[in-house]
Amino acid sequence: MERQIDIEIRALKELILNMGGCVEKAIEEATQALILREPQRLQRVYELETKINEHHIQVDEACVKILATQSPLAADLRWIVATIKINTDLERMGDQAVNISHNGERYLTEPALKPLIDLPRMASEVRQMVRSCLDAFVRKDLALAEKVLEQDDIVDGLKNEIFDELRNYMVTDSTSVSRALNLILIARNLERLGDHATNIAEDVIYALTGKDIRHGHS
Amino acid sequence: MILLVTGCALAVLPLLAILMHLLREGASSIDLNFFTQVQKPVGELGGGMAHAILGTAAQVGLAAGLGVPLGLACGIYLAEYGGRERLAGPVRFALELLASTPSILVGVFVYGVIVVPMKKFSLFSGALALMVILLPLVARTSEELLRLIPQHLREAGLALGLPRWKVILSVVLRSAWPGVWAAILLGIARIAGETAPLVLTSFGNPTFPRGLDQPSASLPLQIYTYAISPFDEWHRLAWAGALVLVFTVLALNAITRLTGGSNERRRAD
Amino acid sequence: MSADEQTKLQPRIELETIGLQAYFGETRAVHGVSLRMPRHRLTALIGPSGCGKSTFIRCLNRLHEEIPGARAEGQVLLEGEDIYRRGVDPVLIRRRIGMVFQRPNPFPTMSIYENVASGLLLAGVKDRRTLDPIVERSLKQAALWDEVKDQLKRTGTRLSGGQQQRLCIARALAVEPPVLLMDEPTSALDPISTARIEELLLELKKAVTVVMVTHNMQQAARISDQTAFFLLGDMVESGPTDAIFTNPKDQRTEQYITGRFG
Repeated sequence: MERQIDIEIRALKELILNMGGCVEKAIEEATQALILREPQRLQRVYELETKINEHHIQVDEACVKILATQSPLAADLRWIVATIKINTDLERMGDQAVNISHNGERYLTEPALKPLIDLPRMASEVRQMVRSCLDAFVRKDLALAEKVLEQDDIVDGLKNEIFDELRNYMVTDSTSVSRALNLILIARNLERLGDHATNIAEDVIYALTGKDIRHGHS
Repeated sequence: MILLVTGCALAVLPLLAILMHLLREGASSIDLNFFTQVQKPVGELGGGMAHAILGTAAQVGLAAGLGVPLGLACGIYLAEYGGRERLAGPVRFALELLASTPSILVGVFVYGVIVVPMKKFSLFSGALALMVILLPLVARTSEELLRLIPQHLREAGLALGLPRWKVILSVVLRSAWPGVWAAILLGIARIAGETAPLVLTSFGNPTFPRGLDQPSASLPLQIYTYAISPFDEWHRLAWAGALVLVFTVLALNAITRLTGGSNERRRAD
Repeated sequence: MSADEQTKLQPRIELETIGLQAYFGETRAVHGVSLRMPRHRLTALIGPSGCGKSTFIRCLNRLHEEIPGARAEGQVLLEGEDIYRRGVDPVLIRRRIGMVFQRPNPFPTMSIYENVASGLLLAGVKDRRTLDPIVERSLKQAALWDEVKDQLKRTGTRLSGGQQQRLCIARALAVEPPVLLMDEPTSALDPISTARIEELLLELKKAVTVVMVTHNMQQAARISDQTAFFLLGDMVESGPTDAIFTNPKDQRTEQYITGRFG
């Protein structure tokens, strides 16, 4: 039996999936522009961010409508609450992609500081996290959501390595400071993206099990 | 529509005819004597029905005094406890049979059980016969009426911590009372007009009964006695008696209607 | 921790069933339910029609057995005392456990005053000086006093449905039962009357332990402290209301409260 709420949740799911797709694409374009030194890709990020913001509003409206008219309970209620929070995280992720673009744009105006090795690794790790947490949400895959939490530790580790390396550049060579700073900001942006993906994974775990595992809460 | 109205008119016509005829024949004979004098010997003028009125009152009163409580008890038993008691089925069946027994058979029965062993006709046996007719009427109708009282009222009473008998008397019977009262009045009206069972029990008496174990007159019987006589004077009294009897029964029915009506108004709220 | 604090943390159990079974003839309607109903808390019983929740609540004041052929087995402890023990008079038990029914059922032959006082009147208390303050207190507790104080002599059945139900609550409260059972008390009422009764229940449970059957899930979620879910005569799950409505443990509870069946 399909309930009215099932129909509305299905539509909402599609909206979130679209939004998630835009976020993934925006992160991809922003990081690839940097790695491949193709600044023309950045324009695409700004377009995607506008789309993400539109989705942000639509998802909120749909959630409020379901809360007001369907009085969701139990798993339905948890799913809606998680969706509201995931929506916020996705919108922030769009903003972070834009931040990466801004920092990348400045970085690309100068010659490369060094061959980028850890940063592309970090970027691919983060993109995978984003993909996984959204897949976990859509497919109700608890194991996948838990994997995202572990990946966040790898991303944090990579960020620390990048910070250390770039700090050395800045200390030894003062002409590298502005470029190194841009790269540090980008690493920081990527780390924030990982945190948002982690938040989403935690919301997915809550929606699926009712357990709140945030901040070491059991 | 016209057919229906005609039908109704035809149904009401006999009643009107009877009333008109009784009024014409009997009204002139109703005077103080009628209510105060007993039967006079043949040939004497005057005389009345005092003994018959008293006899009927005594027999109906006695029958009601015994039959109403017993009938109510039966009705309450069947309605309130009938669901879980094995005895209820047979009791209900017996009451049904009793209710459909021709009243003359009731008379024969009481004759056999009371009159023959006592070797005399008596007011008491007449009252008993009337009671046997009244009891199933009161029992069956009170059962039906009590059943109409919704279950949730009983539960409300029980849930307040009242014993079952108290719930039945104070809540159920009290709620059904207007209807039950009407049923009792109708039953009394019915036995007040019974003649057949009295022929074999209280028999008739030209004067006041001197005790419960003595034969007694009654309105219907006295009418019969007067009516089959060859004397004009007695015929006159028979008409008057019939008029009084009919009006008594009509009055009882009217009272029933009025109290029953007020009951329905209350329900409608 | 003082004993006082301890009782605050662990509320006393006012009413508890242990392996309660209820039968209609040979049909078993409640299959061994064990449930604790803490003092001054509102316990909601939910479940689809025919799940045994109404039968269960009617066992708690031994009203179930008044139906011909019906009986109950197991234990129901009222403050630790088994009300099904041999020799216990159900009439006395029902004075300690009040009940309000689905349809408002004021006694039609009685005035508002008599209705409220009926539990005492019919038990032989006739003294107006005793009854007057009880009637007033009960009507105030039921949030009906202001509406009827000038028409106490009128028939109770002339009130509106919501008022009649509050009259029935006042009638039940007049005998000061420590426990109040409610079998879908608002299902026959409009939303405003329902809201008033819910408000009233929140106030009442400060002094009375309430057990309520409801078909309205939102109502259970709004006002109960503890919820028990019944299905096909079994109690599937019970627990704090917020836990039941956000994260039920049993799949069947989940399906019922999200409206997938029932």
